[in-house]
Amino acid sequence: MNDLDAEDRRRFEQLVLPHVDAAFNLARWLMRSRADAEDVAQEALLRACRFFRGFQGGDARAWLLQIVRNTCYTWLEKNRPMELSVEFDEELHLQTCPTPETIAIAGDDRERLTLALETLPPRFREILVLRELEGCSYKEIAAITAIPIGTVMSSLSRARRQLYSALTNSLKEPVREM
Amino acid sequence: MRCDFADSLLQGYFDGELGGRRAAEFERHLRHCVHCATELVDLDLLRDRLQLAQLYEPATASVRRKISARLHAIAPTTPTPQPRLWHWLAAAAALLFVAILLVRAGHGLHSDDYQAELAGEIVDAHVRSLQPGPMNGIASNDERVVKGWLDNRAAFAIPVRDFANAGFALKGGRADVIEGHAVAVLVYERNGHPINVFIWPTQEPDSPSRTGSRQSFQWVDWRKGKMEFCAVSDADTVELEQLYQLINSSA
Repeated sequence: MNDLDAEDRRRFEQLVLPHVDAAFNLARWLMRSRADAEDVAQEALLRACRFFRGFQGGDARAWLLQIVRNTCYTWLEKNRPMELSVEFDEELHLQTCPTPETIAIAGDDRERLTLALETLPPRFREILVLRELEGCSYKEIAAITAIPIGTVMSSLSRARRQLYSALTNSLKEPVREM
Repeated sequence: MRCDFADSLLQGYFDGELGGRRAAEFERHLRHCVHCATELVDLDLLRDRLQLAQLYEPATASVRRKISARLHAIAPTTPTPQPRLWHWLAAAAALLFVAILLVRAGHGLHSDDYQAELAGEIVDAHVRSLQPGPMNGIASNDERVVKGWLDNRAAFAIPVRDFANAGFALKGGRADVIEGHAVAVLVYERNGHPINVFIWPTQEPDSPSRTGSRQSFQWVDWRKGKMEFCAVSDADTVELEQLYQLINSSA
């Protein structure tokens, strides 16, 4: 199957391939696993290549990340549906998720933050990753996640609060001293 | 403690997403609100911490290699010279195959592969829509309300009809994106089964319905009046065909 001609292929390499890091980073945080992220990122890039004709210009990073996100959710739905079905029960922590105890004994702050971020429901985790790690604007986040801008703002607020409490619950010493 | 009045403004202010007037309004509030001032400091500390920890994980060299190999397999850049005759023959056959695909695509009809892939994407979008979570949509059984909502968001006019009398109750509408295409979605319910009808503009001529299935979902796809429709559900194909008849005869 060869859907792209040489010109399309060249445009794909110019516009989309520079965002492979962004694609992998989002996948890594949504999947909570580097190995799964490698598979999903490959799959997403292939899809993007096949659907490149549907790309009508504009923000190539947002376009690619939206495909990455869809690919991640489809994969999770198939392989780890529990993670998606309980996501709005904010009190319920998944068995595979880090507990406050494991966060507390984590070696350094990077590990602690990683574990805390991984306790958040995927919809909150992705919005934090897009904002804080990827530096996306609200408008870009809305385009990638297909939610209204107003919801982006309120979700960010809740996501930050949850991350903050995941960190403080797990620590004896005050977070501010970090 | 938090200040509910300013909560979402606070996030917008912190992220530099407020316009000048609203930012000024928030700054006036900030002079008197200890909660917001404290929270801003906390947000700042949290952001510094996240930055300092360098959580961003760029693609590994191995994943880059794999991606480029797999992309090369589906869309090679330049053919490498092959001396042997049978290589040339194979290349010629491949080129002919590609040419046929391109001609078919150029003639408007998607190749079957593409069609199946698109249907797969639509089924995936249908499955995602069944997940709990915020949705860019409106829940209403009022044709005019749903149409008004969709017309404000789609670049094309959507025919919205409720077929509750025939057993297909309109439940609402959504805006979605299927691999780069902005699409409008009408949501119906048939005996407790949600049905999503994806609609987007097309240049292709009208075509009768085609059906297919993927995972445990059925889809029916057709085109009419420069619009492509794809209805997806776990309901029977027969029922989707009924909905197709209803929509097609009313459009």
